[in-house]
Amino acid sequence: MLLRYRGSEGMVAWAFHRISGVAIWLFVVVHVIDIYLVGGNPEAYDEILKVYASLPGRIGEVLLGAALFYHALNGMRIIAMDFWPALTVYHRQLWYLNWLIFLGLGLPGAFIIMKPAFGL
Amino acid sequence: MALPSRAGRIRPHGGGFELFVWYLIRLSGLALFVLALAHFSILHFLYDPAEQDTKFITEMRWSSIFWRVTDWLLLMMVLLHSFLGVRVVVRDYVKGGARIVLLMGLYVLAFVIFALGTVVVMTLPRPPMS
Repeated sequence: MLLRYRGSEGMVAWAFHRISGVAIWLFVVVHVIDIYLVGGNPEAYDEILKVYASLPGRIGEVLLGAALFYHALNGMRIIAMDFWPALTVYHRQLWYLNWLIFLGLGLPGAFIIMKPAFGL
Repeated sequence: MALPSRAGRIRPHGGGFELFVWYLIRLSGLALFVLALAHFSILHFLYDPAEQDTKFITEMRWSSIFWRVTDWLLLMMVLLHSFLGVRVVVRDYVKGGARIVLLMGLYVLAFVIFALGTVVVMTLPRPPMS
């Protein structure tokens, strides 16, 4: 879809929503299994948690957080327009507002997640 | 009258199961805006993953019924929202027999994840009262 159609903001917003959604779904499946190990195999769980705290693990958490936050904000935009169709006129402005919130809260969040990896 | 929004899936006509699913995705999405973002913030901003292990979960995170119930609600909402969402994706791209096989596999996986998550959050022993 992304390759065939030269989309505008609405198209990219939709594609990002779908891609981030599938990515979060994959993570949730893995995450429930790793939490199950707290009861089923605690030693294995402690090993997995070391991965979360490592540098590649932290980069992964920033990406996960970004997917989650984008999906959450764009989801609110979708719900708002579904129930107040008059807002669809401003769908582009709402999407830019999403990015403003995404960067304004997301960049400090990414810094908090990454800083222990650099000894801060 | 503005046109119906095409930002998400267009609201299905005529009611029935598909309209129910359409509402369910949006309601669980609202719940997840609070539950999932709070979950991520608590376990990545308030606590660092470096201080989390089995002991952290048994003695801190899941030492209270409140957090176990909250996390189970999060599990229910995320299972509904994510598996119904992937169902829409499968139905958009796959047809015929392959669609039926993939959807059956999807529902089985949803049940397995539901069972694993529910078992661990409900049966993990609590630390002894001090």
